[in-house]
Amino acid sequence: MNWLLPYPLLSAALLALWLLLNQSISPGHIVLGSVIAILASWVMAALRPEKPRIRRPGAALRLAGIVLFDILRSNIAVGRIIVRSREPGMNAGFLTIPLDMRSHQGLAVLSLIITSTPGTIWLDYDAAKGTLMLHVLDLVDETVWIETIKGRYERLLMEIFE
Amino acid sequence: MTTLGDFPDWAAWLVALCVLAGSAVTLIGSIGLLRLGNFYARVHAPTLGATFGMGAILVGSALFFSVLETRPVVHEILIAVFVTCTTPVTLMLLARAALYRDRTEGSSDVPPADAAENPLPPQQG
Amino acid sequence: MSLSILMWSLVIAQVLLGLAMCCATFRLITGPRAQDRILGLDTLYVNAMLMLVSFGIRTGSTLYFEAALIIGLLGFVATVALAKFLMRGEVIE
Repeated sequence: MNWLLPYPLLSAALLALWLLLNQSISPGHIVLGSVIAILASWVMAALRPEKPRIRRPGAALRLAGIVLFDILRSNIAVGRIIVRSREPGMNAGFLTIPLDMRSHQGLAVLSLIITSTPGTIWLDYDAAKGTLMLHVLDLVDETVWIETIKGRYERLLMEIFE
Repeated sequence: MTTLGDFPDWAAWLVALCVLAGSAVTLIGSIGLLRLGNFYARVHAPTLGATFGMGAILVGSALFFSVLETRPVVHEILIAVFVTCTTPVTLMLLARAALYRDRTEGSSDVPPADAAENPLPPQQG
Repeated sequence: MSLSILMWSLVIAQVLLGLAMCCATFRLITGPRAQDRILGLDTLYVNAMLMLVSFGIRTGSTLYFEAALIIGLLGFVATVALAKFLMRGEVIE
């Protein structure tokens, strides 16, 4: 089983992508999609990436919910800054945060979360010191942002990946 | 298969609401591109269109085609997943490139790179 | 009745998206620096993709979906290549 499906999650995602692209769940498409998904996962195995281990799927679902809610909330906040503020972007600034997480997958997911939330962007991660540099559009109170990123995202990501 | 003539009222209102909300948020994001003062503030603006704007318009599209063809049409998920995974990557790369350029020019608006003051060897991996 | 609501809201949405594309084009043309232009181009790509999706709803054809997917892919590759060029293109290493 392990030689056939080295990355089961990747293969499942590729099969789902194939079926969605063709908009059909006929047996022919399932067979064709499965062949493609298995071949692609062998290509991936040849690259030998580090295998991610998702420890707690429940925590991952909760994180997804939190992130969706936060994206909605900060859409409203950033939209308000752009429309209402007289001189938008006057509170913008750089922010450095010490991180405890060392897992590569966890950091990659954290970077996606931070950048796709309007109002914050991931700039630089120093692997030696474990510090992260962000740019924040509405930097009024630094501790609130540090609290948000460490308390809301990093803790859950560490539960999932470490 | 519903024809466009007898498209139900509730679905028309919902699709209209989703599409209008999405395009309005996208427009606000693009206006931010004009109004915000410097590059690092401007980077935040397009994420509005790429998150909520995209999501609302795609939900509207999925709803419209599902009602029109009386079967679930969900291939819009593909665009949503794809854009959600790629937009952060492009913005991060662009912001890092801008940071690098500003640092090599010795600009005082960005925090300096402090790699020189602690010459630790790069870690494995 | 429902049809005219839908068609009018789609026209309004397309006007809004068109204005958004104008804003992005303005940033693409005026700059002031290369990274601002690339940011404008990236926004233009995303807005054009949303415009294509709204065209798909207006015409009731799923063909526009593929076009939107492809313009999204091209936008990603183009912006990544340009950002990479900014980082490595003009500085002698």
